[in-house]
Amino acid sequence: MPLDREQVEHIASLARIGLTDDEVEMFRQQLSDILEQFQALAELDTAGIEPTGHAVDLRGVLREDEAGSSLAAEEALSNAPRREGEFIRVKAVLEE
Amino acid sequence: MSREVSSVEYEPVIGLEVHVQLLTQSKMFCACRADYQTAAPNSRVCPVCLGLPGSLPVINRKAVEHTIMTGLALNCRIPSYSKFDRKNYPYPDLMKGYQISQYDLPLAVQGHLDLHVNGHTSRVGINRVHLEEDVAKLQHLPSSDGESYSLVDVNRSGVPLMEVVSAPDISSAEEAQVYLTTLHSILQYLGVSTGNMQDGSFRCDANISIRPRGSPEFGNRTEVKNMNSFRSVFLALNYEFERQRRVVESGSQVVQETRGWLDDRNVTVSQRSKEYAHDYRYFPEPDLPPLVVDPAWVETLKDQLPELATQRRTRLMQDYKLSDYDASVLTASRDMADYFEAALEVQPVSEDARDRLAKSVTNWVLGDLSRLLNMDNTLIGDSPVTPPMLAELIGLVDSETVSVTLAKTVLEECFNTGKSPATIVGDRGYTQINETSSLVPTVLEVLDSNPKAVDDFLQGKESAAKFLVGRVMRTTRGQANPEMVNQLVAAELESIRNNQSAKS
Repeated sequence: MPLDREQVEHIASLARIGLTDDEVEMFRQQLSDILEQFQALAELDTAGIEPTGHAVDLRGVLREDEAGSSLAAEEALSNAPRREGEFIRVKAVLEE
Repeated sequence: MSREVSSVEYEPVIGLEVHVQLLTQSKMFCACRADYQTAAPNSRVCPVCLGLPGSLPVINRKAVEHTIMTGLALNCRIPSYSKFDRKNYPYPDLMKGYQISQYDLPLAVQGHLDLHVNGHTSRVGINRVHLEEDVAKLQHLPSSDGESYSLVDVNRSGVPLMEVVSAPDISSAEEAQVYLTTLHSILQYLGVSTGNMQDGSFRCDANISIRPRGSPEFGNRTEVKNMNSFRSVFLALNYEFERQRRVVESGSQVVQETRGWLDDRNVTVSQRSKEYAHDYRYFPEPDLPPLVVDPAWVETLKDQLPELATQRRTRLMQDYKLSDYDASVLTASRDMADYFEAALEVQPVSEDARDRLAKSVTNWVLGDLSRLLNMDNTLIGDSPVTPPMLAELIGLVDSETVSVTLAKTVLEECFNTGKSPATIVGDRGYTQINETSSLVPTVLEVLDSNPKAVDDFLQGKESAAKFLVGRVMRTTRGQANPEMVNQLVAAELESIRNNQSAKS
């Protein structure tokens, strides 16, 4: 079931990504292909199988509440595109 | 044509969502210290809470235990299977672009909280208690060219956050306030959170709609945010109830929206920015396998539950013969109840003496000490007058070393200087004068220099005696034993009266 342009635009807006008309079309095709691949799973008969969020039979592992060290501030901020003092500076999010 | 005044009586339908920062050493999913409030910006961060690619979260056991204990204290069921989910939304305070939260399988469900409002008990359902992570802190600033920007401090990102969601069972602003103070007290007693509302450790959002009293159906609800104190929750809900009532009575419909409370203006305003459809696209967190909660673990936690306010109130009433009122006020805060009991435990005393001591401690704690603490904006846990100091002061009053009047002055000095009451009494010469021999000359002197008052008394004006007692107390700078002064003045006046009637 291919996606339509409106769905792609909705996904882009949720991710706050602006797309050109050409890009909408490109992602519409790519995302539709990915979805189509997943349709292969629909061929399996899953009647009687309980839904699960995790396919692997793992149990959550807990960590003791012990504090360790953090990154040095310089290192922590080294990826920030823009800084102001010890803060990361970002564009104000427009409250539309 | 006159319009008929509506005779329909409305009631609010309120549900509360409370976010509580949990008291842990480390963050929810990484080992960074959780003490973000006092740390330099971006000094408590690592690849996990910065949301760097390739990092993986590991669940903090203490945070899960705090949540389960809260669930138990709120009479919840603790399912044996729980999981975490991703809540997706892009915002600069959310480092990963999603928040790890719990969607359909929270740690605690289906509980209730009993409230005591105006002498009757009402029960509010607790829908769920779940665990999630806090987000980074944003500071919005205007830049020099007029455009605004934000500064991000990631320290708070990943701090354990617990959410307690009530059923829409609350039917007045007053009840909402009692719900919050009761929940707050439980969290304090459990020791799972500081519960500080000003610094954001305890935040409350409210859902409110209105309906004709008794009707099963209700109208559109609004979500009210930005309430930073118990008082503002009370005011905001009352405001919002009245606003919705006016909307409905004017024939319109309440718009379903988020509204922010403005503390300085005492109104709620629409936050249109939040109106675009939320589409969180929850899905199971792939980085965290489901959490299996062993019933034996829950039992262990149940055994560890401390005495809560309601139980402590009952115990204080039984053990120390306190009134319901005194016990309620003392136990509303764990710190105050702890202070009370610490002051009583300074010295072992007989049961009889203990009840009297309990009454004295209660009076000091709820009276003068609370007044000093409030004026100084100090929490009782940080009181400069420690429980042993208060016990010492009460001892000085009981042994008649210092008068009750002066004891108040001593408490104030003790509060301001941190010196022990005995030291203050010694240094200042506040020791009570209990010897008749040293008081009689003063009494005679006062009677001599106030002939009018003595005359008034002899004419039958009993209150003149009180005046004279006051003069004696003043002359002795409050140090005289008041009981003794009463007796001496009365005796002296009596003898003057007798002398006069003998003459005539």
